Amino acid sequence: MEYDTIPQQQSFSIATWKRLGPFVKPVRGRIVLALVLILLTAVTDVILPLFTKYAVDWFIVPQTTSGIVPFALAYLAVIAVQGVLVIFFCRHCMVIEMEMGRQMRTACFTHLQKLSLTYYNQTPVGYILARVMSDTDRISSVVAWGIIMFFWDIMFMTGIIISMFILEWRLALIIIFIMPIIGGVTFFFKSRLLKVNREIRSVNAKIIGAYNEGITGAKTSKTLVIEDQLTEEFSGVTGKFFSARMRETRLNAVFIPLVVMIGSVAAALILYQGGHMVMEDVLALGTLSVFLSYVLVILEPVQQMARIFSECLAAQVNIERVGDLLSQDERITDTPEVQAKYGDIFTPKRENWEPIRGDIRFQDIWFKYPDGDEFVLEDFNLEIPAGTTVAIVGQTGAGKSTLVNLACRFLEPTRGKVLIDGKDYKERSLLWLQSRLGYVLQNPHLFSGTVMENIRYGKLDATDEAVIAAAKLVSADRVVEKLEDGYNTQVGEGGDRLSTGEKQLISFARAVLADPPIFVLDEATSSIDTETEGLIQNAISHILQGRTSFIIAHRLSTIRHADLILVVEEGKIVEQGSHDQLMASRGRYHGLYTTMMLREETDLHGFWPDGDETDEE
Amino acid sequence: MEKRPAFCLFRRFIHGHRRSFFWAMVATTVSILLTFLAPQIIRFTVDGVMAEELSLFGSLRQTLIFAGLGILLCTALSGVFNYISRINLGKGTEGMIKALRDTLFAHVQKLPFKWHVDTQTGDIIQRCTSDVEVVHRFISAQLIEAIRTVVLIMVALALMFAMNVYLAIFAAIFIPGVVAYSALFYAGIAKRFLKADEAEGALMVRVQENLTGVRVVKAFGRERFELDKFHEKNNAFAKAWIDLGYLLGTYWGLGDIVTGIQTMGVVIFGAYLAVNGQLTLGELIAFISYSHILAWPIRALGRTLSEMSQTSVSAKRLLEILDAEPEEEPSAAKTPDMTQDVTFDHVTFSYQNTPVLRDLNFTIPKGSVFGILGATGSGKSTITYLLTRLYDLPEDGGKITVGGCDLREIEQDYLRGQVGLVLQEPFLFSKTIRENIAIARPDASLDRIRQVAKVADVDDNIMAFGKNYDTLVGERGVTLSGGQKQRVAIARTLLCDTPILIFDDSLSAVDMETDAKIQAALRERTKGATVILISHRVSTLMHADQILVLDEGKQTEMGDHKALLQQGGIYSRVYTLQSQAERGEVL
Repeated sequence: MEYDTIPQQQSFSIATWKRLGPFVKPVRGRIVLALVLILLTAVTDVILPLFTKYAVDWFIVPQTTSGIVPFALAYLAVIAVQGVLVIFFCRHCMVIEMEMGRQMRTACFTHLQKLSLTYYNQTPVGYILARVMSDTDRISSVVAWGIIMFFWDIMFMTGIIISMFILEWRLALIIIFIMPIIGGVTFFFKSRLLKVNREIRSVNAKIIGAYNEGITGAKTSKTLVIEDQLTEEFSGVTGKFFSARMRETRLNAVFIPLVVMIGSVAAALILYQGGHMVMEDVLALGTLSVFLSYVLVILEPVQQMARIFSECLAAQVNIERVGDLLSQDERITDTPEVQAKYGDIFTPKRENWEPIRGDIRFQDIWFKYPDGDEFVLEDFNLEIPAGTTVAIVGQTGAGKSTLVNLACRFLEPTRGKVLIDGKDYKERSLLWLQSRLGYVLQNPHLFSGTVMENIRYGKLDATDEAVIAAAKLVSADRVVEKLEDGYNTQVGEGGDRLSTGEKQLISFARAVLADPPIFVLDEATSSIDTETEGLIQNAISHILQGRTSFIIAHRLSTIRHADLILVVEEGKIVEQGSHDQLMASRGRYHGLYTTMMLREETDLHGFWPDGDETDEE
Repeated sequence: MEKRPAFCLFRRFIHGHRRSFFWAMVATTVSILLTFLAPQIIRFTVDGVMAEELSLFGSLRQTLIFAGLGILLCTALSGVFNYISRINLGKGTEGMIKALRDTLFAHVQKLPFKWHVDTQTGDIIQRCTSDVEVVHRFISAQLIEAIRTVVLIMVALALMFAMNVYLAIFAAIFIPGVVAYSALFYAGIAKRFLKADEAEGALMVRVQENLTGVRVVKAFGRERFELDKFHEKNNAFAKAWIDLGYLLGTYWGLGDIVTGIQTMGVVIFGAYLAVNGQLTLGELIAFISYSHILAWPIRALGRTLSEMSQTSVSAKRLLEILDAEPEEEPSAAKTPDMTQDVTFDHVTFSYQNTPVLRDLNFTIPKGSVFGILGATGSGKSTITYLLTRLYDLPEDGGKITVGGCDLREIEQDYLRGQVGLVLQEPFLFSKTIRENIAIARPDASLDRIRQVAKVADVDDNIMAFGKNYDTLVGERGVTLSGGQKQRVAIARTLLCDTPILIFDDSLSAVDMETDAKIQAALRERTKGATVILISHRVSTLMHADQILVLDEGKQTEMGDHKALLQQGGIYSRVYTLQSQAERGEVL
């Protein structure tokens, strides 16, 4: 993905890990507790093999069973303690993982709410979603389990080494000798496995892509009779997958037996050396058996440490990504003085808010997009008295929304001022303005939930009656009544279960309920059935009454009735005036208007209402 | 029984990989036997040292050397067999999964169009990817491990019983208990996993909705409200996983206690037996080694049992796809000459009980240009589906004939190879533009490709791209506009030189001038071919030899441009409006 600009780091970077500071802090206590628990667990892990030694040295060799009961009880006690420690340690780790993840997600989400629309226009939702969900997940799991298990590995190894030196230092040297070898071998194979794994993932993505095309393009491949050809190509991709997976298998097939093999070399050496010492009576038989158990269990932490280390390296990328999201510049913010008076977006001080009349004035505005280098507005001035309907027309992609975004403070002018009711809007808070906007988009977005909840989004404390009244005002009640559960119908994710027309009417109701002094409408270009179309036209005329409104217009009727028309071309406002003025001047508006009329009238929808043809895509 | 689907799927695809699996099993068994030899060597050594019976190998030093070398040899050999087993297993499993994926893909391609319309794309892709992964994981990690564990247990028990019956019985009674304990726990864990997954899904939806609806959130100043809703899901998510962690912790802790007690039992009971002379020290050490070796695999066995049901759900979902009926071919399918008249004879067609086409009767003379005018929902696309047999007419739905031959009797692939269909929203593959145009004729020369691209008036656009015809289409390459896509699709179809061509609203995203330009070039190029033009734009159709007006599935008017104008129906009304508008522009 092109947005993944952060490469995999090859070395350990402290600076990267320091970015986690704020998220580790709240769980500090728990981490310390988990470390204590894991330390105690490691101690029991070291002690347990010793019981075999004492069973041999105290009972079997002297051929007696006296004292076996207290021995058994002690043994049982250690097992029980270890079990309980494991239970608590696991719980703590899980809580740490989840608590950290929760904190990170909250921080990301909170920050995202503050970011300006510019950020959202430039960043795909899938990309942001991956940062908030999977990256935070990876980080917290590496910290909670990886790093804590790493500590266990160290403790356990240290414990065993100490225990071995106390028991018999000469045998201990043999084990210490093989440890770096195991570590080296593991690192060698793990880094290669990591690479193969990356390849497997990328081929897997190709397979998913191929299925996607094979299924969504079924109609095309059938009519072109290329099914066999596509199947053959697909087989090539699965062939690549097969060979990548086989490479992984081969690496593992060498790696795992090799580690066991190295362990056996050590076991054989210990058996040989230890056997001698037993015969010479310098070593108890039980001690030899403990060493043989130790040599088997010490391989595990060494391997695990190599694995965790490579995971930590990989997780650095995740940390960088989340860190980048959190350090995204908010671009549009309120000054501390404004915040002090009006509150921030999460805790507004509504008692200090002045009402809005809706006079808007663009004063000496210069504007260029943050990623562009040409000014699209140069010394632009416009006075919009409260209650004016402004229509903005122009070709698709001409930049019709720039002005609207400036008026709503989704963008701020590079130079110059936007005055609302005579005062620069930067002197008041973002929320002061934006919570008073009615905003209806071309492709209206609804949230999953009921119709009722969606309309109420416009005014959270509205009663059911108020919601229904708002729906009636824009005739949305007519479509709502046709729905299965009326106002309690679930609209589905993003409102998917409703048609575009239905969604639009509901979003109108939502806007009306908010009763905004300023209204913005991005008119739909998609064709809607005639009946709904009529309802929508009706709703719009209701809404516009007595409000300052901006319409990014596509319908001739809307444009004709606007008080002021702005014609946009390549991001710049090239003409402005009323319909009659602009038609008389025979400029660009005249051309645009006639083309639109042509399109609107030759469209057959005037004759035939849309039917339900289910087999159309 | 619920195990059956997994077994069914396995049996279907093991074909051709039996040998790999057979050798894997043999190698596994040998490797296990060798693994179990090492403790036996230690046992003999220890007992030999204890009894000071050195007769077998001579001196003590020699005994120890032999023991050390013996262990090394055992592990080395065991490693070799382990390697053989893993490689064969890999070949078998990966080969099987590749066969499964390939078969799924080929089968989905061959399923009737109706199936594609009726099923959800996302669901099918999910099945073909995640469900295959579940089956793969089960076979490669769990099933084989389970079989290995069973062999392991049997060999260990045999050896243990050979050494000491009482201690062996003692060790054996733990096995079913531990397996049952794990299976039970994993079933409980699976439930919480599901809950945690759901909580994750809910949180995901919440965040996604907030991000996609960010403009609405900002416009209403609902950041606080959104944050509160987010907190709710975020906390629920954390709680669900912590619940799961609690259960997992308990499982691991208790599991450690149970296996710990088993080892302890062996140690203490074994020591007791050894003191009473019923067990040698070497045997005891071997016993302890065996119970160590068995501890983890037995716990894993319980997990395998509980994951079996999950796998069988996936297997069932895959079998549902594999068992769907592919497109039928008529018996003794014909391949007639297609440069013939196409006749619709009382054609009536319903889709899901909604009538789409009602009693259509007309003939398209060979080599003529035939226009169909209709709005969305008038049934015009259904006509194209019938002509390419994406849908078949039912027995009582009349018939469509080409030169007197019923379409239903013509071989499907042959028919589709003869009818070039260009759709309104064509699908392009994420390949280069050249590959896209030549997709049905992969060996076409660049000259021929450029020729058809010129006819479709898209050559200039393509030459303006960075890599010309080698530019990639889609996410990783250029994004083509709707009109460019339509024109590439026209070129793609033209390259096939089919005797029948259908353009289903395939110039809707192109402006009228280009439309006219392409039409003229087309007429030049497709002389002799039967061309069917479908549109809601009169200007696209007015030069056709005959025009059919379709309204809600019925043919309401038919004739050439002049005749239809005189008729004064829908056609003439649309035409009048269009000319008015055009005059308006000229003014």
